[in-house]
Amino acid sequence: MSLPKLNSSSSAPADVGAGQAFSSPAKARTPSIEDMRAIAKRLRRHIITMISQAGSGHPGGSLSAVEIVTALFFKVLRHRLADPCWPERDRFILSKGHAAPLLYAVLAECGYLPVEELATLRQMDSRLQGHTDRACTPGVEMSAGALGQGLSFAIGTALTARLNSQDYRVYALLGDGECDEGQVWEAAMAAAHFKIDNLVAIVDNNGIQLDGWNRDIMNLEPFNKKWEAFGWYVIEVDGHDLSQLLDAFERARSVKGKPTVIIAHTVKGKGVSFMENNPDFHGKVPTPAEVKTALEELA
Amino acid sequence: MTQKTSMREAYGETLVELGKENPDIVVLDADLARSTMTHFFARQFPDRFFDCGIAEQNMMGIAAGLAASGKVPFASTFAVFAPGRCFDQVRMCIAQPGLNVKLVTTHGGISVGEDGISHQSIEDLALIASLPGFTVIVPADAVEAAQAVKTAAATYGPFYIRLCRPKTPLVYDRDYRLDLGKAVLMKPGKDATIIAIGLMVSAALEAAEDLAREGIDCRVLNMSTLKPVDSAAIIAAAAETGAIVTAEEHLEHGGLGSAVAQVTAKHQPVPVEHIAIKDTYAKSGKQAELFQRYGLTAGDIEQAVRTAIKRKRV
Ligand SMILES: Cc1ncc(C[n+]2csc(CCOP(=O)(O)OP(=O)(O)O)c2C)c(N)n1
Ligand SMILES: [Mg+2]
Repeated sequence: MSLPKLNSSSSAPADVGAGQAFSSPAKARTPSIEDMRAIAKRLRRHIITMISQAGSGHPGGSLSAVEIVTALFFKVLRHRLADPCWPERDRFILSKGHAAPLLYAVLAECGYLPVEELATLRQMDSRLQGHTDRACTPGVEMSAGALGQGLSFAIGTALTARLNSQDYRVYALLGDGECDEGQVWEAAMAAAHFKIDNLVAIVDNNGIQLDGWNRDIMNLEPFNKKWEAFGWYVIEVDGHDLSQLLDAFERARSVKGKPTVIIAHTVKGKGVSFMENNPDFHGKVPTPAEVKTALEELA
Repeated sequence: MTQKTSMREAYGETLVELGKENPDIVVLDADLARSTMTHFFARQFPDRFFDCGIAEQNMMGIAAGLAASGKVPFASTFAVFAPGRCFDQVRMCIAQPGLNVKLVTTHGGISVGEDGISHQSIEDLALIASLPGFTVIVPADAVEAAQAVKTAAATYGPFYIRLCRPKTPLVYDRDYRLDLGKAVLMKPGKDATIIAIGLMVSAALEAAEDLAREGIDCRVLNMSTLKPVDSAAIIAAAAETGAIVTAEEHLEHGGLGSAVAQVTAKHQPVPVEHIAIKDTYAKSGKQAELFQRYGLTAGDIEQAVRTAIKRKRV
């Protein structure tokens, strides 16, 4: 295992998620929806601050998936703060590796990384690489950055649970533009063929990729029908509604014999008025004035 | 030489120029048109521009089909995604039949910086140069980038042109004309030769200037046509200066250094030192920090020249 461990302590590990107690800077026991909304807001603030300090990075697609990741890390995933490599942990696989700031922010809020370390994003010798690198950061399952590869990786991870009679579950977060890649559909076909039901794909369906709107660059519709045709159980939710997300993850647990995809309808740049639905902020750094406005809006 | 200009902008502007002259020119991109600057062409000629979305393999297949039907397709993405992401599509559909596809990639090398290793292209030249029939050009500045694009459009066959992300110092005047397959003598010299490509050419010139103050007289060659490599210029450099240093923003294996060493080993064995990335992946960081860490500065070239000269005297 190449992951460096923050905590080598073997004392009673704190389990996180799955409704169990967790210890983190968020300091809640079983977080309420209100708690999680507060966490989501902090994640957004981290994202804006990190990217502006780094001077480069991808705000839009980090902001759109904040609630998805909050629901997962603070309620759905079974994981242990003291042991990021715990073999029984549920896996979160970030396929859209450019949303690395979001993953680092949530790992920090959970306590896997010191919050102060977020300021080192993209700097020389930081553990927080521009795109996720599993050799560098505790809690990062997959090296990513080239799009389209995470679902295949997730299948391999999910199949291992079956081979080892383990009951962990695997969650893979994909971008919608990312679904242009043929490999995503090769993986979609394979997951259904192998009847993998410990796998949930979440698509951050924010409608925008790099060059513009999905519908203008490469139309994905009818998106839900495609997944259905590939043999997946499809759930559609408002990707900023934590209750809908939690409900969807719960429903996915009961789906047997096939994988589940949650199509999360989101807004790219969510939470910052001038970034919302603005393709320019896919990979643009806000100016100092814009940062100020953004942080005020997220106060 | 202090003026910095964008190779990518030169590419976008040249495509528009070519598009006006030749209605058969078509341009493809894979959801990076705003970064590769093919969106200049897209604005002028929307009917001849195809954004294929994030699907590089499909894009290469489409380009091959267009070329087989008589079009002159320019296909662009980041160097890390082509030929890497679509190697077999490039190999079987473009290289093997020798189709007239122009693959122009941007963000080559580690000068992409902070995006990190997934976006740092250090293997692309080895991959593309391994394909028989491909012409490979690595321009040194924006003027040469424009020239490379024009040459590719005017010359039948598969081309790979690798551009970088940052603006780079101009090493050429506006009236420079690229002579395909010929190394460009940037500076004469007799004690050693620095052979460089891409943005390492300006570093090589800087190194040569510094070394001149120590009394070391370096020849500097720009090997912008990496393939077919100018063997005659390499053999002459080896024979006349007796020591060679290669400089590239790529892995040590499979790029310029390997090509030069192959020629000298066979025809004119002399000490050859390589300035390149040594069998490792880099990391996120600023371009200058990365070049320092991975040994790609003018100072590193100078040290390599001293070493090469020492070796020839043994
Ligand atoms: C294989 C590959 N091609 C191109 C890119 C460049 N790129 C980075 S992000 C992006 C757009 C991604 O859009 P989407 O998946 O919708 O992400 P989100 O909107 O969630 O940010 C592109 C084209 C890449 N990272 N990988
Ligand atoms: Mg999107």
